[in-house]
Amino acid sequence: MIEALAARISFDGITWQYIKECLEMRSIQYALIVGVVVALCSSLLGVTLVLKRFSLIGDGLSHVAFGAFSVATILSIVSEMVFVLPVTVVCAVLLLRAGQNAKIKGDAAVAMISVGALAVGYLLMNLFPTSSSVSGDVCTSLFGSVAILTIKPTELWLSIGLSAAVILIFILFYNKIFSVTFDENFAQATGVKAQLYNLIIAIVVAVIIVLAMNLVGSLLVSALIIFPALSAMRVFKTFLSVTICSAILSVVCTLLGMLLSIILGMPIGPTIVVTDILVFVIFALTGIIMRGKKA
Amino acid sequence: MAQLTCKNLALGYEGKTVVKDITFSLSQGNYLCIVGENGAGKSTLMKAVLGLKKPLSGTIAHGDGVKATDVGYLPQQTEVQRDFPASVREIVLSGFQNKCGLRPFYNKREKEMVKENLKKMEVAHLEKRCFRELSGGQQQRVLLARALCAGTKMLFLDEPVSGLDPNATAEMYALIRRLNQEDGMTIVMVSHDIEAALTYATHILHLGKEVFFGTKEEYVESDIGRIFMEEQK
Repeated sequence: MIEALAARISFDGITWQYIKECLEMRSIQYALIVGVVVALCSSLLGVTLVLKRFSLIGDGLSHVAFGAFSVATILSIVSEMVFVLPVTVVCAVLLLRAGQNAKIKGDAAVAMISVGALAVGYLLMNLFPTSSSVSGDVCTSLFGSVAILTIKPTELWLSIGLSAAVILIFILFYNKIFSVTFDENFAQATGVKAQLYNLIIAIVVAVIIVLAMNLVGSLLVSALIIFPALSAMRVFKTFLSVTICSAILSVVCTLLGMLLSIILGMPIGPTIVVTDILVFVIFALTGIIMRGKKA
Repeated sequence: MAQLTCKNLALGYEGKTVVKDITFSLSQGNYLCIVGENGAGKSTLMKAVLGLKKPLSGTIAHGDGVKATDVGYLPQQTEVQRDFPASVREIVLSGFQNKCGLRPFYNKREKEMVKENLKKMEVAHLEKRCFRELSGGQQQRVLLARALCAGTKMLFLDEPVSGLDPNATAEMYALIRRLNQEDGMTIVMVSHDIEAALTYATHILHLGKEVFFGTKEEYVESDIGRIFMEEQK
């Protein structure tokens, strides 16, 4: 098995010359730019989602986006984004806002919407196939595609624009997000518009997920959102330092993962996630050692 | 004039009444303890008064110039807070969020007030520390400092000493008493501890099949008070 792997990931012929040529390609440069901005965005709300016990919302919403994507494909909507984004936003709002009072609580509601949307999406893709390889399409949607390598300038700018908006909103609402994450009841009781800020969080989460889905695919979106946050939380102790650390980790892991996958010819999404996992292990160990020293 | 007036409140879940006929009013400087059996609706009443939960019927009115941004609240700690990565300073500062409106960042005066309120709670040295690493008593003091940032007219406390050791409990009660007597804050506290309630409170609200509201002296004399005190011994 190791031999097979070694044959697959052949380091022969990978010279600096080859890497340099790769990096000089316009499409790869685009992909790296998109990767970095999407990674940055997706890490920002990770801390909030982990702490609000909504780690799997990325999973749920990305399946919704997948379902919406199938519908958009069948309806031959030229720019899928126009359809996928609003649908995902609506579901995010329903999940995060109704989460507190609904009869079906947090994780169950996420599971329901996620599985439902996945099933409907796959069914529709089968009933109305738009390309010869349905399973290929599905696999691409779930695990991310090489589509990021064929990204068009318009999509590049759309991604950059949305990411910039997400980052700006996050900075402007940073203190409000903190207050509703740490203690929603307190915030509401003392006259803070907690519901409004929850709504804003939900919308931003949806935008991030639709963005990140293009990069790593819907199955791995959750990883992109929560891994950097979880890693940072092992070591850092203030909200600000955790947020900054998770943003840096996310960008570094994504960049590293993308470069590895491009150079070694591995699938992009899983490579990024494996990088995230390795970093998490390192940070978890560091956290344990730090605590051990203190005690 | 009354800062808070509740008339004929009925509380419950999904149409099922837990407690009804709650009528009381509080003026500035009162110290009210809400007592009663488990499940009598003590925390629910507090949530209703704070606008977190709709009462089934009845009215809740603030008066005497008290707005939502004038009240501080010390909720029971939630699961989330136990592993929340945040410094004491970040948490206390978040108490000012209700003064921010759309302003994205805290101003200089608010940052200074954080230090002052921490000093008042005798935990100024903890400002840079991580909240989840503090002891239970220290955490409660930090959250009390946050409550002071949110509002200085009324203070709502939901079982502020639960889980604290006797020393920390006594200190917590002393702090609350000082806020009441020196700063003239109106205190509303949900409590399990009838003895402490009778030591510190000026008024008692007893929730149960029968609802009692009156001064501490009236409560001690009443049948409902005598029976409850007997049971709790």
